[in-house]
Amino acid sequence: MDVRSRNRVTVTGRAGGPVVVLAHGFGCDQHMWRLVVPLLERDFTVVLFDHVGAGRSALSAWSPERYSTLDGYTEDVLEICRELDLGPVTFVGHSVSAMMGVLAAAREPKAFTGLVLLAPSPCFVDDPANGYRGGFSAEDIDELLGSLDANYLGWSGAMAPVIMGNPERPELGEELTNSFCRTDPDIARSFARVTFLSDNREDLADVTVPTLVAQCSRDAIAPPEVGEFVRSRIRGSRLVTLNATGHCPQLAAPEETAAAITEFVGATGR
Amino acid sequence: MNTSGETASGDHRSPGNQPGAEHAAFSALLEDSAEDLYEHAPCGYLSTLMDGTIAKINTTLLDWLGHERGDLVGRRTFSDLLTVGGRLYHETHFAPLLRIQGEVSGIALELRTTDGGRLPVLVTSTVKTGADGRPLLIRTTVFDARDRRAYETELLRARRQAEREREELMRLNATLQQTLLPPTLVNVPGLDVAAYYHVASTDMVGGDFYDLFPLSAGTWGLFLGDVCGKGAAAAAVTSLARYTLRAAAVYDPDPAAVLSNLNTVLNHEYNGHDPRFCTVVFGLLTPEGEYGGFRITLASGGHPPALLLRADGSADQVDTPGGQLIGVLPDAHIATATVHLAAGDTLLLHTDGLTEARQARTADGDRYGDEALLDFARALAPTTASDAVAAIRDLLDTFGTGIDDDTAVLAINVPRPPSEEQQ
Repeated sequence: MDVRSRNRVTVTGRAGGPVVVLAHGFGCDQHMWRLVVPLLERDFTVVLFDHVGAGRSALSAWSPERYSTLDGYTEDVLEICRELDLGPVTFVGHSVSAMMGVLAAAREPKAFTGLVLLAPSPCFVDDPANGYRGGFSAEDIDELLGSLDANYLGWSGAMAPVIMGNPERPELGEELTNSFCRTDPDIARSFARVTFLSDNREDLADVTVPTLVAQCSRDAIAPPEVGEFVRSRIRGSRLVTLNATGHCPQLAAPEETAAAITEFVGATGR
Repeated sequence: MNTSGETASGDHRSPGNQPGAEHAAFSALLEDSAEDLYEHAPCGYLSTLMDGTIAKINTTLLDWLGHERGDLVGRRTFSDLLTVGGRLYHETHFAPLLRIQGEVSGIALELRTTDGGRLPVLVTSTVKTGADGRPLLIRTTVFDARDRRAYETELLRARRQAEREREELMRLNATLQQTLLPPTLVNVPGLDVAAYYHVASTDMVGGDFYDLFPLSAGTWGLFLGDVCGKGAAAAAVTSLARYTLRAAAVYDPDPAAVLSNLNTVLNHEYNGHDPRFCTVVFGLLTPEGEYGGFRITLASGGHPPALLLRADGSADQVDTPGGQLIGVLPDAHIATATVHLAAGDTLLLHTDGLTEARQARTADGDRYGDEALLDFARALAPTTASDAVAAIRDLLDTFGTGIDDDTAVLAINVPRPPSEEQQ
């Protein structure tokens, strides 16, 4: 399948400008970036996409084999870069996508001028034996899957026809209140497992491109020590703590987030 | 607001109940202050700053949770009230969606109560924006959803159960289908054979069947048929037809006699309110001495004609006109035809799932039809058994979802001598 339609790739902004690829995390789609895009597109070529299974990506491209680990998603990122052929890019990965950036940059460093890891966590589950605190236990992750299930009835009935691109009922798309961040419930369960049960702590040391770790002030998902852990494991990386609270600085504080990205691209572009 | 009510009820005042007093009592009820409405509303209310810090919370919700107001206001965030899994859901789904579209409604979450319990709730939030469009605060209503959640959990359980049962049914169907077909085709000396069974629906067992088996004195029997209908009842008929055909062929291998016996059995078995019938073609294969090749006598009861794809590249239907459905009439007419299969010739038997398939590429979904299949055979000839079956499989793939019915194909071919193949 054509990579652009598979991942619903959108290219906007200044043609010929430095390329910034924005990758959304678990739970939403490229709409996550809607407030920072206007701030970036004056200076940069901005690339947006939906992970397979999210938003308006091609659900038919999803398979449990490819997407049951971060590798499939990482491969998608590299394929998008190759397909667009825009030269080395700055990859901005939010949440779980930050680790996709880590894996992709380790695999093909030449494809990247730099990485911005926004609210990253290399491992959400605590590992007391190694003195690592990710913030969650395996039971907590099961409880999240329970929350996904609890909202399954409310979401899937109305969502599924739209997600599946049911051409006979286009009006459904208009009626839905929660029309952003759509996802298929079964795929969401799988992505939740990949997101919260992956352990990429060992992969951080493989990153050789310039990296900015940007964490939020009060993030219920990625505690402050996790940001510090990521910085300590990626050689030469820099950590900034944004004033933004929560887990989604690109929505809570778009100006601050865009400024951090812009400054980083300016510094690494030279 | 109730002045008109007062006028209307003017004639019905009871002596001991002055109109003014009644009005006052009703007004007192309505004089519910906005504050009291907020605090004791039958749902939880809370307002939070954009970072989630609780700024205001009503008494109803405090009572549900068991918290004191001072514990929460200015100190805790909304997501602090959630279970850990709920908090993950809130941070990854609820909060971003609320920021993006300004409201989120009817999300199922669980709140933690101070006594260690969990309260299932449905949450709706809206963002209040200032005159400049900047978000100022989040207003949230919380509904007690214990009963509803129990109901939904039951629905979800029932749905999972149904999914499991459907999978079990599909497995059973697949197993049953396999018992109705030979696990592998027997090896007939001097003959190349191939077969394929296309399942149209995994929910229902189809009624197509075929077999190829040895008879006495170097002869072989083969059959291919289609029982009317689908599902377990059709499968029972398929099973009966299959074993009757094999036994009848041992008793008297004359193809017309075999089908006649099947007709009698089906008539006896299903003579009441539930007539069952099928179309079948039965063939008796006899090797033709020193020349190589086979003589095949085919008997057909209402079945689509077999196709003969010759070594010279021509192809024709093997007509068996006038053969009637098996199992309907006490004395069905059975038509026979004899063909000679020489080196390089291929005989192809099929059921009508193939010719009745709707074509995806035509706008009105025309049926594929016998003529198209004959043209297909002419383009294919000369061929081999396995190539012919492979070509039919590819053809079936092009129909996609246009195939309503199961399709069985059975091909037999007399291979060319090796010397001829090399030419």
